[in-house]
Amino acid sequence: MKLFGYRLPAMSSLILWGLLWEVFGRLEVTYFIPSLSAIFDTFLEIAPTKVFIKAVSETAYAFLAGTFYAVVIGVPTGILMGKNRIIDELLLPWVNMFLSAPLTALVPVLMVLFGFGMKSIIIITTLFAIWIIILNTRAGVMQINRSLVDMARSFGAKPIDAFFKIYFWAALPEILGGVRIGFIRAVKGVIIGQLLISIVGFGALFELYSSNFLMKHFWAVIIVLFAMAFTISEILAFFERKVAYYASKRG
Amino acid sequence: MSKDNAVTVKNVYKNYGETEALSDMSLDFPRGELTSLLGPSGCGKTTLLKIIAGLLPATSGEVIVNGQIVKEPGPDRAFVFQDFALLPWASVIRNVAFGLELRGVVKSERESIAQKYIGDVGLKGFENSFPHELSGGMRQRVGLARALSVDAQVLLMDEPFSAVDEQTRRKFQEDLLNLVKNENKTFIFVTHSIEEAVYVSDQIALLLPRPSRVSEIIRPTSFKNKDVDSIRRDSEYLDIVDRIWKSLRTYVK
Repeated sequence: MKLFGYRLPAMSSLILWGLLWEVFGRLEVTYFIPSLSAIFDTFLEIAPTKVFIKAVSETAYAFLAGTFYAVVIGVPTGILMGKNRIIDELLLPWVNMFLSAPLTALVPVLMVLFGFGMKSIIIITTLFAIWIIILNTRAGVMQINRSLVDMARSFGAKPIDAFFKIYFWAALPEILGGVRIGFIRAVKGVIIGQLLISIVGFGALFELYSSNFLMKHFWAVIIVLFAMAFTISEILAFFERKVAYYASKRG
Repeated sequence: MSKDNAVTVKNVYKNYGETEALSDMSLDFPRGELTSLLGPSGCGKTTLLKIIAGLLPATSGEVIVNGQIVKEPGPDRAFVFQDFALLPWASVIRNVAFGLELRGVVKSERESIAQKYIGDVGLKGFENSFPHELSGGMRQRVGLARALSVDAQVLLMDEPFSAVDEQTRRKFQEDLLNLVKNENKTFIFVTHSIEEAVYVSDQIALLLPRPSRVSEIIRPTSFKNKDVDSIRRDSEYLDIVDRIWKSLRTYVK
């Protein structure tokens, strides 16, 4: 973007809001919003501590495991739904329902079924991410160029070849879009899981800091979480752009 | 003289629900020759081609390729698509080798075969380009190289030049004549261009719609051995073009 003829650096708006925050914090209007620099100092202070590293690794583990299952189950399910009318008719109502359902309400059920441990947190993370991945993959497969399918068949492709060599690649731009949104939703899922199921990871830190009114600590963790989600999203957006060249060339 | 037929279509019917797309269609395709299926839109020419390819099942009747009844696509036939049907995410060489890849030919072998045909169609140096970097004509050359590289006896071409510009198209038609002459393959060529059909064909099957049937089979004789430049001035060429147009004009709205 350009302003008064000057080229603004990327993420200028973040810098602007960060400055506003800093000023607001230094004015000491409210105890709940400390200045950004103070939060940053606190972050440097707590980052090397055992408690923090444990929280990060627990959260990262639950997040990675949850999103792994969401992708590994979601993408093939989406492809099958896009390819096969019957499977689509069977599963689509459920996928749509779970996409819009308040999944948090399912947490007590999960706790009864899978206990209070990491397993339930991983499952809730998967549940947050998987539906949009399925739907996007399905949409990607459904808009596939019919003659690519005919081409594969005419050269004798076995169903498994068509699945991995045609459908997956043809739907890749949509799959990556779905995975990106799914991962962002998974960040929510993992925190909700950690707050409601068992107080571990970042959820434990939130609980600890907010109940003791350690606002700088609280904000430091929030910002770390935001930065993680933002980074994941940007990495996936990068891959999405890499395949965008052929998304527009299909049809 | 009775010719050896590579492909025989016998009493083929194709219905889409109530609509009759093909009705009692019978047609012979002599080996080593190029036969065009020519007709107005809706005459079922692409449907017939897809039935021969095994991509569509016939409602009744049979298609015989080299003595075998067609039930599904097979290695004896290769298809060239109107919209090229290239993998946009794969390089030219992978696209050309894709038919062989699906047949489980090892990478080094299929790439050396692909390399040869990429050269043959005039795309040397573009092996590692991607389809979106090529012009329409070059993309169809990739599609053609892919069909040639599986070494099928029968080449099925579904309006292969309709998506490329006029000049490229003329070049293609000349190249196709040479291809028919040099490769000992049977070509089945769907087109809606009368000039194109007369120019490239050994035999033209004129199809008429509603109900779809073979109205006439035309075999040009006098200009077949002339060189590519004088065909369009040959009087038989002009007569046939004229005659086909007279049969078709009432069906064109």
